[in-house]
Amino acid sequence: MSFKKPINHHPKLETNKLGLTRRDYEGAVSTLCAGCGHDSISAAIIESCFKLNIEAYKVAKLSGIGCSSKAPAYFLEQSHGFNSVHGRMPSVATGANCANRDLMYLGVSGDGDSASIGLGQFVHAIRRQVDMVYFVENNGTYGLTKGQFSATNDLESKNKYGEDNLFKPIDLATMAIQLGATYVARSFSGDRDQLVPLIMGAMQHKGFALLDIISPCVTFNNHDSSTKSYDYIRDHNEAVGKTDFVPLGEEISTSYKEGSSTEISLHDGSKLTLEKTDANFDPRDAGKALNFIREKEKEGKVVTGLLYVNDLAKDLNETLNVTQTPLSQLQQDVLCPGSKILEEINQSLS
Amino acid sequence: MEDKKYLYKRNNIWWVKVAVPKSQRDKFGYDLRQTTGKSDLDEARSVRDHIVESLKSKLSESENYIPLPSTKFMEKTNIENPQYFHKVVDCQYACPAHTNVPEYIRLIAQKKYTDAYMLNWESNVFPGILGRVCDRPCEPACRRGRTHEKSVAICRLKRVTYDYKDDVEKYIPKSPKIKNGKKIALIGAGPASLTVARDLLPLGYECTIFEKDHKAGGLMRTNIPSFRLPADVLDEEIYRIIDMGAELKLNSYIDKLKPVIDEYDSVFIGTGAPKGKDLNLKGREISSENIHIGIDWLTSIAFEHVKKIGKKVVVIGGGNTAMDCCRSALRLGATDVKVTVRSPFSQMKASEWEIEETMEEGIPILDNTSPKEFLFDDKGKLCGVKFEKMEQVEIDGRKKMQSTGEELTIECDDVLLAIGQENAFPWIEKDIGIEFGEWEMPVVDKLTMQSTHPKVFFGGDSAWGPENIIWAVSHGHQAAISIDNFCSGVSLKERPDPITNLVSQKMGIHEWSYDNDISQEKRFSVPHEELSKSLKNLKTEVELGFDEELALEEAQRCLNCDMQTVFEDDLCIECDACVDICPTDCINFVDNDTEEKVRDKLRVPALNLDQSLYVSGKLKTGRRMVKDEDMCVHCGLCAERCPTGAWDIKKNSYKESHTLTNKVVAKEVA
Repeated sequence: MSFKKPINHHPKLETNKLGLTRRDYEGAVSTLCAGCGHDSISAAIIESCFKLNIEAYKVAKLSGIGCSSKAPAYFLEQSHGFNSVHGRMPSVATGANCANRDLMYLGVSGDGDSASIGLGQFVHAIRRQVDMVYFVENNGTYGLTKGQFSATNDLESKNKYGEDNLFKPIDLATMAIQLGATYVARSFSGDRDQLVPLIMGAMQHKGFALLDIISPCVTFNNHDSSTKSYDYIRDHNEAVGKTDFVPLGEEISTSYKEGSSTEISLHDGSKLTLEKTDANFDPRDAGKALNFIREKEKEGKVVTGLLYVNDLAKDLNETLNVTQTPLSQLQQDVLCPGSKILEEINQSLS
Repeated sequence: MEDKKYLYKRNNIWWVKVAVPKSQRDKFGYDLRQTTGKSDLDEARSVRDHIVESLKSKLSESENYIPLPSTKFMEKTNIENPQYFHKVVDCQYACPAHTNVPEYIRLIAQKKYTDAYMLNWESNVFPGILGRVCDRPCEPACRRGRTHEKSVAICRLKRVTYDYKDDVEKYIPKSPKIKNGKKIALIGAGPASLTVARDLLPLGYECTIFEKDHKAGGLMRTNIPSFRLPADVLDEEIYRIIDMGAELKLNSYIDKLKPVIDEYDSVFIGTGAPKGKDLNLKGREISSENIHIGIDWLTSIAFEHVKKIGKKVVVIGGGNTAMDCCRSALRLGATDVKVTVRSPFSQMKASEWEIEETMEEGIPILDNTSPKEFLFDDKGKLCGVKFEKMEQVEIDGRKKMQSTGEELTIECDDVLLAIGQENAFPWIEKDIGIEFGEWEMPVVDKLTMQSTHPKVFFGGDSAWGPENIIWAVSHGHQAAISIDNFCSGVSLKERPDPITNLVSQKMGIHEWSYDNDISQEKRFSVPHEELSKSLKNLKTEVELGFDEELALEEAQRCLNCDMQTVFEDDLCIECDACVDICPTDCINFVDNDTEEKVRDKLRVPALNLDQSLYVSGKLKTGRRMVKDEDMCVHCGLCAERCPTGAWDIKKNSYKESHTLTNKVVAKEVA
């Protein structure tokens, strides 16, 4: 039985600026079903962190309940982690985010955890603009409870046992755009080339970044009548264009045809470039983006790629004017200014 | 209609394609292709003509130009070719006799020492001997040397099979009572002849082995000192073959070949390279009393004609014979032994481990030291050797040794010359149809071992000069096939195919019939006898061999390279699970391209061109699965992770055909 991966890696494996290899960002060997899309997403997160030279101890992984929420155990072994109550990851993330602004917050959730039990939490995290990357590992099914429909499953699809889905789906991506999320992308676990730049962009983005990633459930939702299977998504995928992540200090090397590319600067100086396939689409215009997604939906297409981005908005901590110093590092003299100051405040109120 | 001549689109990029004339397709393939790098048709058109011209000029250029690797896209790997997976088992592939190394190491791990011994015996005939003194081409090839620094101690594990086996007599096939009427003469009782005899005896051939000395074994006995290879090991493995039913004629020097050819149906010559090179320097003519040819001297020790040597000894030469000479001298009572080598230390011919053992015994090796003159005292007795120091210089890109002018005199009582061996066939008549080519070497067919006389075959050192035992064994197998074909009237070019099998090893979820855990242990070293004891007696074996505990630990280091990852295109859903789990980043899903470009665009570029790429057919997304076999540790995780069973682990057994395995086993089955 092999629940461990040999520690040996390819002797010529690339190292990043920290001298780490991709293998150094791994976690435990996954216990999800073989072929689960979630494992591909974990691998894409590993790849993104490796490329961004992220120090694992500066990352916090937060999750709720479900197959998706097990996934944080399978990447960034040396990061902080919190496995919360079902659907309550956004609250924990909000609190942690205010308590320590130094960390990068990766919220890992699924369609059950976010679109059903945790929908209220999801909505308010966006409304408050929590600075985090929110992964929805969306397989349209409740895998841990043997494959019932989830709230993101499409109306026309059937479950593994041949029963029809009777309700319309919740589209978390369009919902997030409407609620004012400042970075919204949809992708597919089976398209690593598209996914990795989107994750890197989300990690460097300041504010709430939603990544709705369609992640086929090989056990319960990868059959012919599923709309979240590997085959269905590959056939119906309509990418808004090719996104590239250009790290700070690097030149854009690809040449684009004039008018076809959009360049988005992120707050840390890195850039995202989008080579659009459709001139009517603009990821900086929420209205146009929503229209585009709806139009394509009518054609039976699943729109993927960077759907909306706004890098100028304020995040929760700026709005609340939260201290830059992590609360754990604040000394008593700062936390408690003393009776003299209290006196002054009281005086000013009288 | 738009002008798209020579142009076609692939992945949104326009390519130029030029058809190759039929006459040149063997060389260039069906067409030449080159990307324009443009996705816009107008732009592609603008560079098209230039590219077409350059491709066409390729076709018209000289014959030496081989554009094939740079223009042909990769094809689906044909794993039905028995050589494909055989090549992945680096050790077995490197072994001249193609011993199934991973299988016998697994048998050791299961403590099935007798089975492991027999598996060896089938391929390499002398497991006990080779487990001590083989040149081990398998070890530098071992995959662990690429992934985890040091190779598995394959050779020493072979010795374990000999040391721990039970009685194997009942497994040894005997010569049948009813013979097939064909008589074979084997000249020289060394490893090559013995292998031929072993392969032919069970088929009913009457084999007669002629040996000039009073004991069988050839150079294995005369040139390898018994502190490395004890006589009882030699006797056991040699007599195992003789006892199958061969006739051994000792003290039978053949001085004419013609009568032998006339008397026998076929003749095999395995007389080795018995002539040690001499060194005709100034002073050599004065007296030869204390100047010895290394291999002759070793032979005299083996037959106990020589029992002592002077106190101060100089050995000239840097090969394995030199190492054996100096260590033997030490055991015969010399107190000051020095080895002198003309080349730099790093280029010495001796095996690394033999140099190591020599130095462990305190023998200095003086490199860049070339002999110039033998020195004698006034009574005409050898008293020293004058050397000049050398240095390596590069002239026109070629390395050459050149004198520095510095001289050095080493006092000594005896000199041992170990500067190489030559073949010598003074006993073969020049007019009987056996042609000799360059350097008086017989003209021998590389595949069939046949000489220019159809009845006469060569093998071992006598065929193409000094090699080592395992090559002699390999020659012997091939010669036996040829002799059998020759005597049965079958064309010698009809060689039997290897016997291969590829069987799934899946036992359940996450469960394989082999131990796929990768040991992180470092190579274990073999315990040695204490120097104070081993230096006293010429017959005390230096290496003690692995004890059982060490052997089992070392066996665990084997990566099971015969456990092949086999990919089924139709089952793959391209979920990337295998890509992510692979510890050594071997597996990739990429667009097809030329081999050079595919190698370059893998997760870790596949720069070791000696190792193959395993390429699938076109998958649903149009990509191909490309696996770089170079770093695969055969852990089986790709197959464990695969949701659809597109990956499976199958054991590839590859057995080179011998007359013995082929016909005898077939008969038993029937």
